[in-house]
Amino acid sequence: MSTATATNYLNEAKGWKSWLLTQDHKRIGIMYLAGIFFFFLVGGLLALIIRWELFTPAKDIMEADTYNRFFTLHGAIMIFLFIIPSIPAALGNFVLPLMLGAKDVAFPRLNLASWYLYVIGALFALYSIISGAADTGWTFYTPYSTSTSGSVVAIAVGVFILGFSSIFTGLNFIATIHKLRAPGMTWFKMPLFVWGLYATAIIQVLATPVLGITVVLLILERMVHIGIFDPAMGGDPVLFQHFFWFYSHPAVYIMILPGMGIISEVIATFSHKRIFGYKAIAYSSLGIAFMSFLVWGHHMFVSGQSELASLIFSFLTFFVGIPSGIKVFNWVATMYKGQISLKVPMLYAISFLILFSIGGLTGIFLGAVSVDVHLHDTYFIVAHFHYTMMGGTVIAFLAGLHFWWPKLWGRIYNETWAVVSCLMIFIGFNVTFLSQFIMGAQGMPRRYYTYPEEFQRLHGFSSVGSLILGAGFLIMTIYLLHSIFRGKKVGRNPWQSLTMEWEAESPPITHNFDKDMVLEHGPYDYDIVDAKYTEEGTL
Amino acid sequence: MDTTGSFLMPPAQSTYAGDVDALFNFILIAGLIIFVIVIATTVFFSMKYRRKGMATKTSGTDHNLGLEILWTAIPTALIVIVFIWTFRSYIKMSVVPGDAIEIKVTAQKWFWTFDYAEGANSVNELVIPVNQPIKLLMSSQDVIHSFFIPNFRAKMDVLPNRYSITWFEATSTGTYDLFCTEYCGKGHSEMLGSVRVVSEEEYKKWIDEGSDPGKGLTLEEFGRKLYVKKACNTCHTTDGSKGVGPTFKGVFGREEIMEDGTPITVEENYIRESILEPKAHIVAGFQPVMPTYQGLLKDREIDAIIAYLKTMKAE
Repeated sequence: MSTATATNYLNEAKGWKSWLLTQDHKRIGIMYLAGIFFFFLVGGLLALIIRWELFTPAKDIMEADTYNRFFTLHGAIMIFLFIIPSIPAALGNFVLPLMLGAKDVAFPRLNLASWYLYVIGALFALYSIISGAADTGWTFYTPYSTSTSGSVVAIAVGVFILGFSSIFTGLNFIATIHKLRAPGMTWFKMPLFVWGLYATAIIQVLATPVLGITVVLLILERMVHIGIFDPAMGGDPVLFQHFFWFYSHPAVYIMILPGMGIISEVIATFSHKRIFGYKAIAYSSLGIAFMSFLVWGHHMFVSGQSELASLIFSFLTFFVGIPSGIKVFNWVATMYKGQISLKVPMLYAISFLILFSIGGLTGIFLGAVSVDVHLHDTYFIVAHFHYTMMGGTVIAFLAGLHFWWPKLWGRIYNETWAVVSCLMIFIGFNVTFLSQFIMGAQGMPRRYYTYPEEFQRLHGFSSVGSLILGAGFLIMTIYLLHSIFRGKKVGRNPWQSLTMEWEAESPPITHNFDKDMVLEHGPYDYDIVDAKYTEEGTL
Repeated sequence: MDTTGSFLMPPAQSTYAGDVDALFNFILIAGLIIFVIVIATTVFFSMKYRRKGMATKTSGTDHNLGLEILWTAIPTALIVIVFIWTFRSYIKMSVVPGDAIEIKVTAQKWFWTFDYAEGANSVNELVIPVNQPIKLLMSSQDVIHSFFIPNFRAKMDVLPNRYSITWFEATSTGTYDLFCTEYCGKGHSEMLGSVRVVSEEEYKKWIDEGSDPGKGLTLEEFGRKLYVKKACNTCHTTDGSKGVGPTFKGVFGREEIMEDGTPITVEENYIRESILEPKAHIVAGFQPVMPTYQGLLKDREIDAIIAYLKTMKAE
């Protein structure tokens, strides 16, 4: 039973050294959380500034050169410093060993090393900003990226290092999931978030090296002109796109698969019901991970690749859609005859179902090659990937953050403010990005500093939406920080969930559990175990 | 079914645009139906099965074969339909008709040049006849650009190391937007052009004039026309404000300080050099980004631009 004076991972050791040299997966998770939160704020502010500039076609606050740097930084920061590490490295780090009933991850030192690589990679990215910043877009397409005067090398080195941080996390998770499950936890008794992390880790380990090689080639091309991408030396700039998307398409699933895992946990817990189609969800994660390697060419339908290649990629792309659809149907079916509690994590999960469905279904337009020819590189694609990456991954991350927050700190946020902020984010997000689907279908190209007058109304609408979105996140920042120190204390299992992390104290002790864990029931046995941990601190 | 455009798409004005829109509309409607079913069910369940009081045991149902087959089979069937549909329309977009008129397109930072077989050329304005297939043979002088005409549903990247090809047949006369859709730097959003679709006769007339564009104009008038036609106006203003390049207002006879500190007075030879070898002497405070117009302007056209610049007096 938790008592007010108990020691836990937060207060057992004190001083900055006890944090910076820690090998505790929970502290490393918290340090990752601080890092990604910082970069989410930076990336978010950049987005608000970009939307401000786009409020009218004329120059509002900055020159074209500055604008180009801002959207590049927004993309690069959000992808490499926020979304990719967000769920696996921050929440996954904290929760995975707890979910498995383990004391820590398999390689605690490697875990700390991955955080330091993240910090070093981030420093390179920050250095690139003060040394002139890159203006290439986060995709670094050659030959623009090899010929621009922007600071490309520094950020490319940063991306290279961040890649290794991601590989380290993936390796660690694969070993942890294979070797450190509590006795009795067979593969099909693992929580689905663990399946999500496992599928993600496989992609991280297999795909990220390709990104590393690609940015090294880019750096060599810029510095010593090796001629692999430079047409003047017989190189091929489109080769860069193949290399880049060979990583970056699977990376999309590095971003979304762990998010899908969170949604499985949240919907089962807050429906208080056995998850529908456990095996279908688990296998579809692996299926998506495998298929993700075979569809990169759908980013290149108008790049001049062969028509046959385009059609094959189009065909394969549609078949990634099926497992994602199956997951959505399973989640909805889980709610049938459940006992649904609309707490904040569940509100985010429902929000995810709506936004991710829009993101997924609009992907069908883009997978259809003849329709994509019109929509490619317009605001339609901008809206589509924001619906999947933000409406999908970020919203799932927020669901997970609010779900496990009481486990992280032993305290809970203010429910009312959290609901207000969740609604503002939902409304602000849709106002910002639904309008961009319309603009894109009408032909508004992306990455435009100025634009034809007829798009002003929709751009203005979108900019107003971004303010609502920004205000929602501001409220969240305040109530979350407040709750760390002043929030209401909660017990071990405030949501009456059946996964193992809820058997640890909130916050957990340094070694996670006060006994050796043995699996006593499956993660979703709500029909067998009747609200076992309801006696204390239930909300 | 009327397949020309939809409330989301701009009016369809090429032979294959209707196909694209029909498929777009099919996906839109099928997607909306699936979306409404999923979301309505979600909302309905979250109200109907709202927890009352403490949670108790719930049903252990975790599969339903019939349901699972259904929700796998229906999306799969829809996807097969969409794939066959897109296959057919994409083949139509990809196969250039044998009788197409070929026009050479050159993209560079940040303008488009169109060269016609008859010798005419134009900058940022593609003039084509209606109801006639047009094949574009495209290449770039610098980075990757992308040629996009929303009304035609036509888009193709323009690459520096090889030719890329697209084609379309306009179905009605008028003027349509041309955008660059591959990010290409500072002037990306100003790399705009237009497509003027004209009747067969008007096209013939335009091609004839195109071989001798300054006919009937004074040098100054011709220069004024070229200032717009050759896209000088993208970077050089005439009202004294600073653009990507120095303003043309009062430029002739002005003493400019170069990057290396040496002063140069702007006269005929400096203007000629700046047009043909723009990177030779850069005015301090500007980037060396202007492309060369070598081969794009005839001597008489350079004369005309110089004559026009002489008229731009500073007050």
